[in-house]
Amino acid sequence: MKTRTSPLRIFASPWADAAWRYAALLLMMAVTVGPFLWLLSTSLKGPGENLFAMPPVWLPAEPTLDNFVRVVETQPFFRYLANSALVAAISVVLNLLLASLAAYPLARMAFPGRQAVFVLLLASMMVPFQLLMIPVYELAITLGLANSYLGLVLPHACTAFGVFFMRQAFQNIPRAVEEAAIMEGIGRLAIWWHVLLPLTKPSLAALAVFSFIACWGDFLWPLILIDEPAYFTLPLGVNRLAASFSLDWRLVAAGTVFSMIPILIFFGFTQRFFIEGAVKGAVKG
Amino acid sequence: MRPHSPILPYLFLLPAAATLGLVVIYPALKAFGLSLTDFNMIREARWVGFDNYARLWSDPFFWNALKNSALYVAVVVPVLVVAPLFLAVLVNRALPGITFIRAVLYLPVVTSLVVSALLWKWLYEERGLLNHFLLATGITDQPVAFLTDPANALFSVMAVTIWSGLGYYMVIYLAGLQSIPRSLYEAADVDGVSAWKQTLHITLPLLKPSAAVVTVMSSIAAMKVFEEVYVMTQGGPLDASKTLVFHLYQSAFEDFEMGYASAVGVVLFFLTLALSLVNLRWLRAR
Repeated sequence: MKTRTSPLRIFASPWADAAWRYAALLLMMAVTVGPFLWLLSTSLKGPGENLFAMPPVWLPAEPTLDNFVRVVETQPFFRYLANSALVAAISVVLNLLLASLAAYPLARMAFPGRQAVFVLLLASMMVPFQLLMIPVYELAITLGLANSYLGLVLPHACTAFGVFFMRQAFQNIPRAVEEAAIMEGIGRLAIWWHVLLPLTKPSLAALAVFSFIACWGDFLWPLILIDEPAYFTLPLGVNRLAASFSLDWRLVAAGTVFSMIPILIFFGFTQRFFIEGAVKGAVKG
Repeated sequence: MRPHSPILPYLFLLPAAATLGLVVIYPALKAFGLSLTDFNMIREARWVGFDNYARLWSDPFFWNALKNSALYVAVVVPVLVVAPLFLAVLVNRALPGITFIRAVLYLPVVTSLVVSALLWKWLYEERGLLNHFLLATGITDQPVAFLTDPANALFSVMAVTIWSGLGYYMVIYLAGLQSIPRSLYEAADVDGVSAWKQTLHITLPLLKPSAAVVTVMSSIAAMKVFEEVYVMTQGGPLDASKTLVFHLYQSAFEDFEMGYASAVGVVLFFLTLALSLVNLRWLRAR
């Protein structure tokens, strides 16, 4: 039997097929990575270099880290970095904990009001944050959480998506595993911690990665809640840099590159969760 | 088997329920209530009935923002439903380096929107990289005023939303493609069905659930766009790129008209809800 290539097979030969795929993908990669490289190039150019030279200069004649030094000297970028990391870390831990606690009874127990809980969870996924932000802002102010880490964490501490996600993960565990533990007389909380959570590590990791990215990139909520630079997260810091040095793109570029380094490293280690994770999840479902 | 205590499920649910109640359910109800008041954070809110909605109806700024958001959805959603499908087909092969290529195409998704917007603001400069490219290739003979011409601003902002979303929807389609059993294609091959017909009769119908997900998610995302507008244009020039959410933000946090802004939020909620329901129904019916 002849070997299959692809549903969108244009060329009969697998070599020609691979060639046009690579060509098209190379073009698309230029579109996605090109802007990042141009930014990096800008951030490494010294004051003597014309940013608007025609034709554009991709490789700086004398690459320099001066722009980065000036950015961290004039703005507390390391503080912003620490703030972003702290807020994202607390949010991720809380979201994993609260979501997987709530997911257990929804996956495994029968109780009155279960249906109502589902409806409320679904409903809370439908409401855009932009509708909620005024009352949540008012609440945060009332609780004295303006300019605080707890305030920044508040909207990320638990997501209905996380509850559904963990419920799905628990449902994939054979009931026999849990029943054996119940026979042994082990309490439900201990089962949740010692049996269910270890068995759903891949799902917990995927949820952690997704919530980390969502929290790390959040801009609207910090923008309205925070006005003290001491509590700025990286997106706020970068935004402020662009506003205060709007004419010096070297510094804006350096600050932006600085803010991207941690997420690039994070993505480098976790990219399989985004792509393979989604692919495997669908195969299972 | 030993049954669990009847209150046990509620104890497990309590922390999540309390948190979601505090930051989602209660604020959602409160937002509807606020939209019927003249709340402004300074003095006690006063009940004004449907005045805010009446004001919306006759407010040209609201209609302009609604028009811009509608245009946003109308342009961004079709592009994000079709283009990532082609990308997914391209990367759905075990070619050498394909994992790296997928990761590179996904990169804009993990980049925060503020960074992406700044990146593009720099590319859009009058003497920036993009204009250089357009002039050098002869596509235009004048630099394009991407963000400063009211005719272009909204479309220039849309391009960033599209650029940031391509990789995300590509992965959803990729998952859909990989869940199609290979045996279907093998059987079709045996029967001598052409590649084009296989695409038409196997791949596309089986990708419908993925397309439904992409349509709903990209519609909601396009409706809620904020960061790109805030960083690149602040809604300008002449309100040409002011979207519904940006109008909401300005009303609430620059003009402190929280009651009015809540009414905009309620409209936003019903629009996103309607978009999801219409999309789902339309895609199921086909």
